[in-house]
Amino acid sequence: MYVAVKGGERAILNSHKLVAEERRGDPAVPELGLAQITEQFRLAVDRVMNEGSVYDPELAALALKQAQGDSIEAIFLLRAYRTTLPRIAVSRPIETAEMAVRRRVSAAYKDMPGGQVLGPTYDYTHRLLDFALAAEGETVPEAEQAASPLPETMLPVLDILSHEGLIEEEVADREGEPVFDVTRDPMSFPAGRDQRLQNLARGDEGFVLGLAYSTTRGYGGSHPFVGELRMGEVSVEIVPEELGFPIDIGDITVTECQMINQFKGSAEKPPQFTRGYGLSFGHCERKAMAMSLVDRALRCKELGEDALYPAQDDEFVLSHTDNVEAVGFVTHFKLPHYVDFQAELELVRKMRAEQARVEPQEAAE
Amino acid sequence: MTSGQTAGNGVGQTAQHGTKDRVEARRFWMSVLARAPREELEAVFAGLAACPEHRFLRPPEIGLVMVQGRAGGGGNAFNLGEMTVTRCALQFADGTVGLGYVQGRDRRRAEIAAILDALLQSPGTHPDLEQTVIAPLAAAQAARRDARSRKAASTKVEFFTMVRGDNPK
Repeated sequence: MYVAVKGGERAILNSHKLVAEERRGDPAVPELGLAQITEQFRLAVDRVMNEGSVYDPELAALALKQAQGDSIEAIFLLRAYRTTLPRIAVSRPIETAEMAVRRRVSAAYKDMPGGQVLGPTYDYTHRLLDFALAAEGETVPEAEQAASPLPETMLPVLDILSHEGLIEEEVADREGEPVFDVTRDPMSFPAGRDQRLQNLARGDEGFVLGLAYSTTRGYGGSHPFVGELRMGEVSVEIVPEELGFPIDIGDITVTECQMINQFKGSAEKPPQFTRGYGLSFGHCERKAMAMSLVDRALRCKELGEDALYPAQDDEFVLSHTDNVEAVGFVTHFKLPHYVDFQAELELVRKMRAEQARVEPQEAAE
Repeated sequence: MTSGQTAGNGVGQTAQHGTKDRVEARRFWMSVLARAPREELEAVFAGLAACPEHRFLRPPEIGLVMVQGRAGGGGNAFNLGEMTVTRCALQFADGTVGLGYVQGRDRRRAEIAAILDALLQSPGTHPDLEQTVIAPLAAAQAARRDARSRKAASTKVEFFTMVRGDNPK
């Protein structure tokens, strides 16, 4: 018999109060300000902006504060807020070749115009806990400044290979055509590269990283080189309808990864290098690199390669990257399933009884 | 806009170039205003002789712009994610329309940017504001960019070749 039940309102309200108290922690400890989060937890803010799919450091900081630093909960909050705002415009594609570079390295070329610029990276740190940071009130650290700035723009490293014809050309031949938008269009398969790239850009860093790892461990036959990894500021331009010409509405920080992969050639194409591409809001280098590997793996069909592994299966990959959807489904199992469970319980009891009736008969025969 | 579009048969050329220059000038000051932090815009606004009467065509409004990237950096467009933007449109009594489009969710920044955009289009106030407002804001932005770039430049790797048996003494 199904019995509808109500209740739990007071319990829920009180749990809100309890979580608010837990979030605040010991009131003797000063409360975190959003500026502290944006300034001192910047990489956490960047991840939330990237997977929350909204570039707004202050909102991402608020989401992190509200979620007690749980990045996936914060991403969920940002995605929910996003739905309350109208979309004013679609930007012109950002030009990463014109980036004001703050970090730029290549694993393929040692000496390229502009050189290897390490920028703010943990790559060459010793990964030893720094107890000096535990003592507050340290002197404000100051970076060195070179006598002259970097060149205004830096030539993309892959242009070097491109001039020799040794890497596939990246051609913009769909100008003016509609671009897939996962926030408005239902997923469809086989997915175009625009759908795949948007999906990966907002996809869960851990999931995309794991898939990327799998492609290099024998589940995708990837032999990648980082052609170029760059981070810095790019300007965003829109063409407001009331003006009819493009205007610059500000700078955003992005990280871009150009991954080079070997390609043995096909009937139509000579042996050459192929590309995998990763792009993220903020300084999310691990994510941009992982994205570029998975992008390349998902391009297998267009390059005439067999799709044998999970990372090469667009339906598998794109259906499972989104951590808001994944969390929604996985964690809904903790919500009341009392009736479903009662039904299962009845079923198991019935099966037991059935078995008990059949077995003695069999033994007697 | 390329110069090829305006290269024509001579007659309309000057006028078209004039329009092009005006558009370029406006694009420049709008980009400077869009990048100016709140405090700098407030300081500029406080320094204005008088703010002309105006009415909102569109009161400051927060929205999103979908930012696109290009596959491989130079290929076809894809949607990367959205950014918050605040826009504002207002009109002076003489009909001049000022627009503000600024990154983020600060309505006041969009409003001041729109007022300044209108003032900069008015021949009477333009030369003065270009000197006293846009030039210093642009200089501050260039200085910030220069400092960032020089800090990055300090991390540029200088390779040297190791020669076997040639240990430094």
